[in-house]
Amino acid sequence: MTLMNEPVNREQQKKKYCRFKKNGIKYIDYKDANFLLKFVNDQGKILPRRITGTSQKYQKKVAQAVKRARHVALLPYVTDSLK
Amino acid sequence: MRFLISKALVIFQNIFFNFAAHFKKLIMKKNYETVFILTPVLSDVQMKDAVDKFKNVLLDNDAEFVNEENWGLKKLAYPIQHKSTGFYQLFEYKADPASIKTLETEFKRDEKVMRFLTTALDKHAVAYNEKRKSGAFNKKEKEAAK
Repeated sequence: MTLMNEPVNREQQKKKYCRFKKNGIKYIDYKDANFLLKFVNDQGKILPRRITGTSQKYQKKVAQAVKRARHVALLPYVTDSLK
Repeated sequence: MRFLISKALVIFQNIFFNFAAHFKKLIMKKNYETVFILTPVLSDVQMKDAVDKFKNVLLDNDAEFVNEENWGLKKLAYPIQHKSTGFYQLFEYKADPASIKTLETEFKRDEKVMRFLTTALDKHAVAYNEKRKSGAFNKKEKEAAK
């Protein structure tokens, strides 16, 4: 599982981009917990846009998907060690 | 005069019913997806019976099934009703919006169901699910490997 967040290189700051816009992903599946792990920190909290670079439009969908995944117990609501 | 009124009433009734039938046809079926979790205390047969029961609830409300998946016994991310595992079942179907309510009351009444989630699917979701169904993501093999 690639659970690590992408490292942020402070020195030569690369421009952040929205991975959904770039890859043309239109729908974010709440059943795919491994994918959603990229958008939560190791406590299971949803990461802010300023870290993941997701656009506003897709951040909403990510948040919705994470919340749905939590409801059906595919992701935890609270935890100490997700990664 | 009386006769006329009763005749007019009949005509109005007919018009009304025609409209009702017309509108019923107009209600488009929507795409839905339901995931629910059954308690792990069930035997395999009981689990399948429960799944069939909910499937029949949908079929009685003339839903069209698109896909169904049984994910089997899965570990939950957190305990629900003091249980750490559950049988996951996925339904994908086209149904009247009104039939969702009957399905959800059935879910609530049944103690075997620990969780359920019904989502309406937009066109992107339908396209995604089609792709997923055809195995474009190869998720199952990956999960099995883990």
